Amino acid sequence: MPRVHDRGGWPTDEPIDRSEHQIMDWELRVSAIRQVLGQKGLLRSDELRRGIESIKPSRYEALGYYERWTESIESIIVEKGVLTREEIDQKVADLEAQSR
Amino acid sequence: MASSVGGAKFRRGDRVRVLSLDVKGHMRTPWYIQGKTGVIERSHGPYLNPESLAYGGSGLPAQPLYLVRFNQLEVWEGYTGPGDDRVLADVFEHWLEPA
Amino acid sequence: MRNQHSHGDHSNEQGSSHPDASQGAELGHYARRVQALEALLTEKGICTQGEIQRAVEETEARSPADGARVVARAWVDSEFKARLLADAKAAVAELGYEAAADLPDLVVVENTDKQHHLVVCTLCSCYPTWLLGRPPDWYKSLTYRSRAVADPRGVTREFGLELEPNVEVRVLDSTADIRYLVLPRRPDGTEGLSEEELAKLVTRDSMVGVSNPHVPEPAPAD
Repeated sequence: MPRVHDRGGWPTDEPIDRSEHQIMDWELRVSAIRQVLGQKGLLRSDELRRGIESIKPSRYEALGYYERWTESIESIIVEKGVLTREEIDQKVADLEAQSR
Repeated sequence: MASSVGGAKFRRGDRVRVLSLDVKGHMRTPWYIQGKTGVIERSHGPYLNPESLAYGGSGLPAQPLYLVRFNQLEVWEGYTGPGDDRVLADVFEHWLEPA
Repeated sequence: MRNQHSHGDHSNEQGSSHPDASQGAELGHYARRVQALEALLTEKGICTQGEIQRAVEETEARSPADGARVVARAWVDSEFKARLLADAKAAVAELGYEAAADLPDLVVVENTDKQHHLVVCTLCSCYPTWLLGRPPDWYKSLTYRSRAVADPRGVTREFGLELEPNVEVRVLDSTADIRYLVLPRRPDGTEGLSEEELAKLVTRDSMVGVSNPHVPEPAPAD
């Protein structure tokens, strides 16, 4: 059985959806964060891919492209000890509170 | 002939078979070419090994990377296109054996 | 098997590239996570706002028009075309497209009357972004990733291109650090066009291989 990301030839009758969504600001930022971390040697493309491939299959299929990136980047930098999950969660909570 | 450091085992036109390996971690050999026989289309030279890089490894020793060409009729049961159609993928040397 | 094409959460921002994303809007889950990551990485001095902003600008600076310039040059200059097919990264550098050493390599594959190429990345969504800009959503979709290798003629048909049975269709799956760019065939009837006019015929989709370049409008009758 191929892993969920190994997608070539998976059975589908669906036509290709050619609509394009307007890219969101956060999607541009996460893409840029990935690039900058890459330039600093903190995140290789291979690690990003490995992180994405580790997402649970049902979740992998449900998430959008940049959502998978966000989850992977977070996991890899937490794994490397660059940041902790707790401090990210705390920062999210702080930003939520500030925006109200 | 054993491959020397930086030396590639295969050349354009060689027939090769892609290994079928149950690799649990990160690797870049798609399922649909595993076990299939193809022909070397290009020899790209040595590249760092993604299977090591994905876990913070150095990726060394660099492995020769090849563009390998497969007949679609041999890859997909029920392929509906003509017999000359091809699918090609970049495959690392350690995933290939002579066919 | 369902192929989800999620657009991600739809926050109230509509594609604004303003660096400070909050503006009092309720951000979706992922937008908030990214905001938190950016805040922490900059607070800890791991990177700066400036570096992130520059990275945004670098990616946004590239578009299919850049690839089209390369194609048009190859159409008018056969020696450039030979260099492009032999060593694409070096050839595009002649036109000002320098790729940093850590960026993936580039290989250009030529469509002829006998061969038509189509590019995909079944394992993720590798694409020659540093030359063409960001890939379209459809390229990244699970549907494209599954069908491009197994049913390339069905895929191009959806994009309006019916490939003749005597043309060999070659699908390239970008599984490693090589990015593939298709050099489409120069359309018939373009002999009189300038390089700039030729570049306008070259679409992003023709450089991925799902369709062919535009055919020029016939000249008005005198």
